[in-house]
Amino acid sequence: MQAEGIQAASWLLIALPLAGAAILLLGGRRTDRWGHLLGCATAVAAFGVGVAMLVQMLGYDAAERGRTVHLWDFIDVGSFKVGMNLLVDPLSISFVLLITGVGSLIHIYSIGYMAEDPERRKFFAYLNLFVAAMLLLVLGDNYLVMFLGWEGVGLASYLLIGFWQHKPTAATAAKKAFVVNRVGDMGIIIAIALMFATFGTIDYGPILGGEQAGMASRLSTGTATAIGLLLLLGACGKSAQLPLQSWLLDAMEGPTPVSALIHAATMVTAGVYLIVRSGPIFEMSETAQLVVTIVGAATLLFGAIIGCAKDDIKKALAGSTMSQIGYMTLAAGLGKAGYVFAIAHLIAHGFFKAGLFLGAGSVMHGMKDDVNMRHYGALRAVMMTTTVTFGLGYLAIIGFPLLSGWFTKDAIIEAAFDKGGTSGAVLGACAVIGAAVTAYYMSRVMFMTFFGEKRWADDVHPHESPKVMTVPLMLLAVGSVAAGGLLILGGFSGFLEPVVGAPEHEHEFKWLTAPGAAVFVLMIIGAAIAWRQYGARKVPREAPKGSFVTVAARKDLYGDAFNESLLMRPGQWLTRLAVWFDGRGVDGLVNGTAAGVGGSSGRLRRVQTGFARSYALSMLGGAALVVAALLVVNVS
Amino acid sequence: MSDFPWLSVLIGLPLVGALLLIAIPRERETLVKQFALGVSLVVAALTGAVAAGFDAGGARFQFEEKYWWIKEFGVHWALGVDGVALTLILMSVILVPLVILASWHEADRSGGSDVPAKRSVKTYFALLLTLEAAMIGVFAATDVFLFYVFFEAMLVPVYFIIGSYGGAQRSYAAVKFLLYSLFGGLLMLVAVIWLYPLSAKSAADGGVGHGTFMFDELSKMNIDPTTAKWLFLGFFVAFAIKAPMFPVHTWLPDAAQQSPAGALVLIVGVLDKVGTYGMLRFCLELFPGASKWATPAVLAFAVVSIIYGAILAIGQVDMKRLIAYTSISHFGFIVLGVFAMTSQAQSGAALYMVNHGFSTGALFLIVGFMIVRRRSAKISDFGGMQKVAPVLAGTFLVAGLSSLSLPGLSPFVSEFLVVVGTFSRYEWAAVASIIAIVLAAIYILWMYQRTMGGPTVPAVEGMKDLSAREKWVIAPIIAIIVAMGFFPQPVLHVINPSVDHTLARVDRHDPAPDITGNVAENGARP
Repeated sequence: MQAEGIQAASWLLIALPLAGAAILLLGGRRTDRWGHLLGCATAVAAFGVGVAMLVQMLGYDAAERGRTVHLWDFIDVGSFKVGMNLLVDPLSISFVLLITGVGSLIHIYSIGYMAEDPERRKFFAYLNLFVAAMLLLVLGDNYLVMFLGWEGVGLASYLLIGFWQHKPTAATAAKKAFVVNRVGDMGIIIAIALMFATFGTIDYGPILGGEQAGMASRLSTGTATAIGLLLLLGACGKSAQLPLQSWLLDAMEGPTPVSALIHAATMVTAGVYLIVRSGPIFEMSETAQLVVTIVGAATLLFGAIIGCAKDDIKKALAGSTMSQIGYMTLAAGLGKAGYVFAIAHLIAHGFFKAGLFLGAGSVMHGMKDDVNMRHYGALRAVMMTTTVTFGLGYLAIIGFPLLSGWFTKDAIIEAAFDKGGTSGAVLGACAVIGAAVTAYYMSRVMFMTFFGEKRWADDVHPHESPKVMTVPLMLLAVGSVAAGGLLILGGFSGFLEPVVGAPEHEHEFKWLTAPGAAVFVLMIIGAAIAWRQYGARKVPREAPKGSFVTVAARKDLYGDAFNESLLMRPGQWLTRLAVWFDGRGVDGLVNGTAAGVGGSSGRLRRVQTGFARSYALSMLGGAALVVAALLVVNVS
Repeated sequence: MSDFPWLSVLIGLPLVGALLLIAIPRERETLVKQFALGVSLVVAALTGAVAAGFDAGGARFQFEEKYWWIKEFGVHWALGVDGVALTLILMSVILVPLVILASWHEADRSGGSDVPAKRSVKTYFALLLTLEAAMIGVFAATDVFLFYVFFEAMLVPVYFIIGSYGGAQRSYAAVKFLLYSLFGGLLMLVAVIWLYPLSAKSAADGGVGHGTFMFDELSKMNIDPTTAKWLFLGFFVAFAIKAPMFPVHTWLPDAAQQSPAGALVLIVGVLDKVGTYGMLRFCLELFPGASKWATPAVLAFAVVSIIYGAILAIGQVDMKRLIAYTSISHFGFIVLGVFAMTSQAQSGAALYMVNHGFSTGALFLIVGFMIVRRRSAKISDFGGMQKVAPVLAGTFLVAGLSSLSLPGLSPFVSEFLVVVGTFSRYEWAAVASIIAIVLAAIYILWMYQRTMGGPTVPAVEGMKDLSAREKWVIAPIIAIIVAMGFFPQPVLHVINPSVDHTLARVDRHDPAPDITGNVAENGARP
């Protein structure tokens, strides 16, 4: 159905921040003075448009809430017709509000955080670019427009991780993030090609269907598995899920607001969006769904274990992000029973993880950009607002009853058990163990940073951050407390149902469940252990040696070592071999043979005087090779 | 306006300009440059005006003209453009003035330490204009012999540009370039001449009844399969060298390393396209059966070129060589698209030729700006430039991102179409080629990191950012790259009918999707 009213102008959502980015980048230094204000204004304005669109949507019947906007014909070749089309529906509007809402708060916070940076204007330009691309990702009405946004956020992520390009570590981390994501992108491009070959279109509507089933429902299991796994590969890259997780920890080289917005609240959840959006395809293949749940369960443990060993506050939180997205991926793999909880947890996580990261940024701001928690301690005395807001985020993420995480994470755990069978039990157990580990590592962060004795050097004078930073913290803390409950109790599942479908068994919210009780007990135990180790005891300023598990976790469970020995080193050898071969092999071999056959008096003369003849021979050799190959291959 | 010989005028203008240039006194170097720039701008404007009169839905070849040239031998001065040729000519005439503006000081005697003593400024610009005339001619020729003449004529100015204005090993590179090209040209010449007696045969014997080189007549012939295979090979090898494809590519990196950066834009951006253009136009339409016969092997060579070129690019230490190898990879995609023979793949390939010209052109131009500042194209001689020259670094990044086919920039559209179109018929080739998007990210971003990122090295300290002239060179290209990234349809609209003609001639139809029907109206959701 065509969009009308303000929804027909949904392109404004993208155009506003895009215009902001363009003005700030093209305007250059002239816009230094007010660039940050323009950056914030476009984000807030986009949020306003988003809210207006939601209000309009709520006025429609549930079945009529999916509206499309055709902007222009993007590509039209043969039967391949793709429009620059947007889709406003309950799923995309949920993301729009998260992106522009949390995004606006992070923009405002950045005014203070980046105040000292001479390139602050450029920073806001990139943030605006990110918001525009992310909105395109979630609003696109076909896989290609989605992919435009998908790569756009990848670009923004690259620019912002490497914002401090003069730091070699930042430049390397940015490149790594981009390259690893490209591995996932291969999956998406081939998936799109396969979808076009299968359906003759890549539009959401005809493939995924709405009230009536789409063409996806007629997929063979094999094709559905193929498309599903290819999309999953892309999702793994963007959402830092195993085996493409390695870039996220390095991405913490970017300024902290970037870590909060892109590498916690929004961009890294795009993989979950993709899987939920493509639900009807995954539902046609149990294999694909099972692999999704396995990836999610493995990553939620993997990230949580890494989070336990990191002394760098941002990297501990990054491990946590990986782990929490693992929960969402797990839920998305559960099919209709899990989609709503995946998205609810995603939104709740967007609030509390953004709050935690910005809180960490506030701490770093006061601690001369030191990120080592072993140098913190007892900061609650000097940073009251940060402590309270961070603390609320902390309680939310560990799933303290009645806070956001409790509603959304416990729902995922229950849904995993409800899957039944061995796989359900194993997935549920992983999720429960993950919850306990989460309580441990987050408590560790909390205690090391805000409790215990002060361990900072005498020349560091920690202080509370300015209002422009603490007010966003407070607002995010409100979200950390309330978002989960509002979503789960407030009928979010009914809201999303027209898009993601209804689960077979209507999930009924219960205040007390068996898994819930178990998770609660384990959470207390996890937090208690952390208190014994980091709250009650003195924390050494230097990291102790640690067991082999700790060492492994500090090294990101050897993810990089794996990549290096299996991919990078062989790759380097291959490159060198190819360069050698191109110089000697292709050019030289033919030359050499020709020289030998012709009885020429050696290399020197050939190089100095005879290159004309030898290249004539080498061309002949090369051309003969082409002809021979053409004849051989096509001998039939 | 249809009777006016517009295309002849477009070819003649730069030639006349080159001759007048020679008449300007040697000392008036600035006047020489301004005049050359003026001529190229007039050519560009005129081409734009002509292009505006092109009717995408009309006859295949438009602005046709046909005069006897060598009547005894059946050779015509015959010109005309279809959508593909028109867009390639447009790309060429847009690039030439930008190259002239970028090469403002390329031939100056104060150029640098390794500059040869005898360099004439006006000869350099006269050569560029001559090259422009040949480039327009080669795409506009509708007589196969005339095409061959332009094909070889392009070599002459390029040979002198590399040989006289290139780097330290310029004569080595120039000779290598010339020999490779001449060799390919000779093979093609044999095949071209062979066509004449074939066409003289009666229609019953597969000919057209009289000896001719006119493309539209030759493409109606019915050549016996064995002969067609040999003729196909003659054309194909010439085009494969020109494009260039693995394993006849080694002249390009050497030529790239030695050639002045500005001229390099035309060598890689336009000249090499004649190879892929030739495959699309002549190999497929003159020898449709042989083309289909050769397809599996050609696709294999294309895939090898894509991956091999990309791996080689990663291993390069010289930026000009690096970009040359990326082009070998990109040409692989174009050839893949041409021979996959689906409408998406071929339109993608044709669009790729245009996009690659601008994208790689931008990269070479910016590398040229860097060489002017540092007197070196070696990656290790740079570092941390984004701190001292942020605009230069920014444009370099955009150009680089376009080269790695970032969505939103024009090369993505064409690469995507090639992959999607290839996949629908040859899944293995599309899947194998896709690895290039990872390799491309590595070669581009690693080059960017080493030259622009990291701490600023002393040799780069105090370097000037882009001058106004340099900004005028690069801004239009970037604008085109971005605009065509989001709005490729106007160009595709012109290309599509030509591709449909080619596909009809080779009798290939797009594969039908596995699952059909049930398409909700307009993709509307509930």
